[in-house]
Amino acid sequence: MHKLFELFMVFFKIGAFTIGGGYAMVPLIQEEICSRKKWSSDEEFLDIIAIAQSLPGVLAVNTASILGYKLFGIPGVLAAVLGAVLPSFMIILVIAVFFTQFVKYEITERVFRGVRPAVASLMAFAVIKLGKKVGISTFNIAIGLLVAALLIFEVHPILIIVLSGIIGIAAEYWGGRSNAKADN
Amino acid sequence: MLKLIIDVFFTFLRIGAFTFGGGYAMIPFIQTEIIDIHKWLTAEEFIDIIAIAEMTPGPIAVNSSTFVGYKIAGFWGSLAGTVGVILVCTILSALAGKFFFKFKDNTLLKALFKGIRPAVIVLIGSSVFSIGKVALLDIKSIGICIVIFAALLKFKLHPILAVVLSGVMGVILFA
Repeated sequence: MHKLFELFMVFFKIGAFTIGGGYAMVPLIQEEICSRKKWSSDEEFLDIIAIAQSLPGVLAVNTASILGYKLFGIPGVLAAVLGAVLPSFMIILVIAVFFTQFVKYEITERVFRGVRPAVASLMAFAVIKLGKKVGISTFNIAIGLLVAALLIFEVHPILIIVLSGIIGIAAEYWGGRSNAKADN
Repeated sequence: MLKLIIDVFFTFLRIGAFTFGGGYAMIPFIQTEIIDIHKWLTAEEFIDIIAIAEMTPGPIAVNSSTFVGYKIAGFWGSLAGTVGVILVCTILSALAGKFFFKFKDNTLLKALFKGIRPAVIVLIGSSVFSIGKVALLDIKSIGICIVIFAALLKFKLHPILAVVLSGVMGVILFA
């Protein structure tokens, strides 16, 4: 029970302090789950993001569900997803009931203008950390450049994930075979 | 009222089950369902809700479904909207996780993810640019970005502290 509560609290923090959608939650999850709690490695975290991105629905919820399942099965899924969603639910409810003019407060705008550049820094920092972990090999750089090019042409992220996975498999079987030859 | 709440639940269930890519991808879908089909909200109300959903912490899709649900049917509407939007993807993700953790030592799956990992890093990296474009508009915001980045590098600043600190800087600098 104690461990489940810990999982709930970690995702509660992630839900409460992630501002902006999609990948904005990456730095906080990486810090809490990978660096501090060591519940997942950086590499596994990237795999989980790829799976989460390839499924329909909310990226942060998908990530919470997969990590929750890994740690404690179905109770873990409930604890992590509830944790990720509850702060949103409570904050929005308070705003909807009491402060419908929320966006029009000048102070909100100022806080937000300050936080946005920090979110960019946090994400850039997380990308560097994850990039170092995965390693700078010719293969990784080649995939990276290809993906960057595909993104410029606005290819859908799911297609990009599928394609890079296929390249990974192709490289393993080709590369593996030529390595085996070289060994002989 | 109960019928309305059930309606809200199934509408958001559909939205959650069929949109890929989270928050921003969901907005047009929510718009079609809520404004055009059900006429539950006006376009103006919807725009305000999206602005609030973006500014408040948490996933944008969850924020907007909670808010829209509340507008339509009060507290139970917000609960129906939120549970609806996350239900299918929570179950699908748990199933996918189960499969992944069972077979992750499989050679084929390992090779697959070896190709995917650098791609995901670039995908995340590309969203740094899209945030940067809307976040870094003047000297002050660029200053905040640099100060926070330096603090992350030098003092291993915790992300939560970075968010709080930058919010305070925003209040002071943009007065």
